[in-house]
Amino acid sequence: MKIIILGAGQVGANLAASLVAENNDITVVDLDIARLALLQDRFDLRTVRGHAAHPSTLKKAGADDADMLVAVTQSDETNLVACRLAATLFNIPARIARIRSNDFLESEGEFLAEHFGVDHVISPEQEVTETLRRLIEHPEALQVLEFAEGRLRLVAVRAYHGGPLVGHELQDLRRHMPDIDARVAAIYRRDRGIVPKGITVIEPGDEVFFLARKQDIPVVMRELRRMERPVKRVMIAGGGNIGKRLAARLERDYEVKLIDHNKTTCAYLAEQLHRTLVLQGDATDEELLEQENIEAIDVFCALTNDDEDNIMSALLAKRMGAQRVIALINRSAYVNLVQGGEIDIAISPAQATVSPLLSKIRRGDMAAVHSLRRGAAEVLEIVVHGDFKTSKVVGRRIGDVALPEGAAIAAVIRGEEVLIAHHDTLIEAEDHLIVFALNKRIIPKVEKLFQVGFGFF
Amino acid sequence: MASGSSLSLLRVAPVVHVLGLVILIFSFTMLAPLLTALVAHDDAQHAFDESFAITLAAGVALWLIGRRWQRELKVRDGFLLVILVWTGLPAVATLPFIIYTPEMSFTDAYFEAISGLTTTGATVMSGLDDLPPSLNLWRHLLQWLGGMGIIVLAVAILPLLGVGGRQLLKAELPGPIKDSKLTPRIADTAKLLWAMYAGLTALCAVALKLAGMSWFDAICHAFATLSLGGFSTHDASIGHFNSPLIEAVLIVFMLLAALNFVTHFLAFRQKRLAAYRHDPEVRGVLGLVLASCLGISVYVWQAGVYPEYLTALRHVSFNLVSLATDCGFASTDYNGWPMFSTMWMLFLSCVAASSGSTGGGLKMIRSMILMRQGVRELEHQLHPAARLPVKVGGHAVPNQIVFAIQAFVMMYIATVVTMTLVLLASGLDFVSAFSAVIACINNAGPGLNEVGPGTNYAGLNDFQTWVLAFTMLLGRLELFTVFVLFTRAFWRG
Repeated sequence: MKIIILGAGQVGANLAASLVAENNDITVVDLDIARLALLQDRFDLRTVRGHAAHPSTLKKAGADDADMLVAVTQSDETNLVACRLAATLFNIPARIARIRSNDFLESEGEFLAEHFGVDHVISPEQEVTETLRRLIEHPEALQVLEFAEGRLRLVAVRAYHGGPLVGHELQDLRRHMPDIDARVAAIYRRDRGIVPKGITVIEPGDEVFFLARKQDIPVVMRELRRMERPVKRVMIAGGGNIGKRLAARLERDYEVKLIDHNKTTCAYLAEQLHRTLVLQGDATDEELLEQENIEAIDVFCALTNDDEDNIMSALLAKRMGAQRVIALINRSAYVNLVQGGEIDIAISPAQATVSPLLSKIRRGDMAAVHSLRRGAAEVLEIVVHGDFKTSKVVGRRIGDVALPEGAAIAAVIRGEEVLIAHHDTLIEAEDHLIVFALNKRIIPKVEKLFQVGFGFF
Repeated sequence: MASGSSLSLLRVAPVVHVLGLVILIFSFTMLAPLLTALVAHDDAQHAFDESFAITLAAGVALWLIGRRWQRELKVRDGFLLVILVWTGLPAVATLPFIIYTPEMSFTDAYFEAISGLTTTGATVMSGLDDLPPSLNLWRHLLQWLGGMGIIVLAVAILPLLGVGGRQLLKAELPGPIKDSKLTPRIADTAKLLWAMYAGLTALCAVALKLAGMSWFDAICHAFATLSLGGFSTHDASIGHFNSPLIEAVLIVFMLLAALNFVTHFLAFRQKRLAAYRHDPEVRGVLGLVLASCLGISVYVWQAGVYPEYLTALRHVSFNLVSLATDCGFASTDYNGWPMFSTMWMLFLSCVAASSGSTGGGLKMIRSMILMRQGVRELEHQLHPAARLPVKVGGHAVPNQIVFAIQAFVMMYIATVVTMTLVLLASGLDFVSAFSAVIACINNAGPGLNEVGPGTNYAGLNDFQTWVLAFTMLLGRLELFTVFVLFTRAFWRG
């Protein structure tokens, strides 16, 4: 695919990196020559210097025969104008814009599509906020993904000594909880993926991915580890875009404290947020944390713009007694460094942005694609079309589908219904299948399997 | 000294020019009672003839005198003008009283007039039932004109004559939130509010007529209700009618008048009640008044004042709403109720009315901001690093305004204490003195004991009458407007 990426900032660069890795022709546009040079050195892509919303720049970037335009500059207005131009002047079929302002986001849907030619809106801040919210809802989880409007969830959790199922075979899960339908989709043991079978034994320290209905999640989780106390008190360090959104999202249901060092920002936040306690100070200030009862905090989120600050304040908060700490970390090197240590979860905003875009560049009808384990694995929500003859999956039982090694169908969403996959579940046309791919190498094979044969057209 | 006095002259003269214009316009309002006198054939016609002529002449004279120094008014001039208008208009408004009853002292007539124009409703006159209709109308008309501030009216008209009026509104509109302008032009805003006020008055008059009053009584009482003045055409006030229906109608309109007129206007224009939900004061006013009605009625009933609970509820509701909204009608002599209930009613008169209403006192918004400021200080003890804005209706109130309100309340309390002491020194008993000061500074009307609802202010001596007239002025002009005139800085350039 020929893809133009506007903006070589954090989001743009990360996007370029993942898309190049998937064999696409990438052109990156930015005003800053230094950033472009850096990208060009590291990846196999083309760069164009110029204003992202000028027609001449777009032409230079090859807009005439591009398949997709992804506008991810810092400015909403630039992104919107670029999409408009791409639609009117260049007829680029797919146009994606990054939008930060809530004003535009709230009027999403028809308005942006009709008047600005935006097919798909991505909002990194919103994605990260949602990710954080899900993690706070399930404090034991490492990652939570939602399907079917949140009714079906995929949860990653680390198994610990003392969980009833730990040290037992997976098939015992059914015996422990006969009424609950859940499916373990993958297990990672010392960073190696295992396709779970009935006789697989869960060991302490395993990272277990399982799918279940929303209401069953806590029960399943209890099988794998001791439960922590339900989250009531949340502390957020950093009152930027993400911190503010998260506080606004959480303040109704939780007791939220937000720390920022900037006086003006604090004044603004205190005015905008109604129940959050806004504290002015340094999140790495021991005395402030002490004063604000850090040992009673259930989740501490370090969300400033500075990776090092986030790591340090999260470490400090953990040391001082915060139950669980989450740090926002942009550099992937740092993510690998800290996760699983004292910091419970490291979140990469760039990763959160790339995921929703992946579904647009894949072959086959992908309703959603989610990266797992920092891009090493993926969960795909695939819509199946065709009939018994044209498709390799429709009309067959899940056990009979010839999936490549390392892939597993974990659940089926049929209209309003959510079915946890069993080997005898029959697949129908227009079903949404939740497919787990243990590593990225097998994804092309999966895509091919689900594509409709030529007979369909 | 010579240069000082000429500076003062330069300051005062252009204001006198505008004052002349205001008095000139004011003189025409005397035509309404004059017309009434002609139609009703009462014997007060000559009083209004002469008053009209004198007032018109005075206005023209002042206007001519000030013309030499005519210039665009500044903010400082606004203060002076507001005060001159609020002291000058009562002075000319005394004319019909004095001419009709020559034995009435100027002190009493001035008290009556300023009580009307400040919408206080405290009266020194008795035998109201036998007063000529034209004179009664004049008393009520004064309240109605005073109601939304003659200045607001003037602001709507003076710009037409080429006088900048923006600064007047700043000095005049009650309450700390003065930026709720409806239209870009101040004169248009004033006209809209005035129309709203007039509309509600008409509605009230019709409702009162339907509830059983005569047209004359209905119109007079509608004037006194919407302005939250509280004059009545009867000595026994609303008790004269002894009609629960009339009392209910009045309760509704008193509460409406105690809410911000801007909110009424927004609700009217949007044709939705959402405006009331968004106004942070509405819930405070209605909640406080409703809870007080229920609580005090039970208290009064338990104390054995009325044998039936419903009777207690009826009398408490009416008199409590009347005093809390700073209206000042009475349906019964509540002086005999237990002290707690009457003191609570006086307390309500200090805090319950909304900003932008015709009520007086501290205003609900100030009370709310102060309460939150108190809570903020407490929270600050627990979270020293916290940033805690004082919020009203979801919006943060700048600290500057919180400080100004604290200063205002301080000044208010100091004024109440000082005035009470002055009245005590002049020989009044404590309850009468204190309640009279509270009732006058809040522009409510009746106090307790010697100035209670069963009697009136006629029993006071001249000195006490002047003190209370001044207190009404202080309350109506929200203290600062008056006090600023006593600062040295005001008179130095």
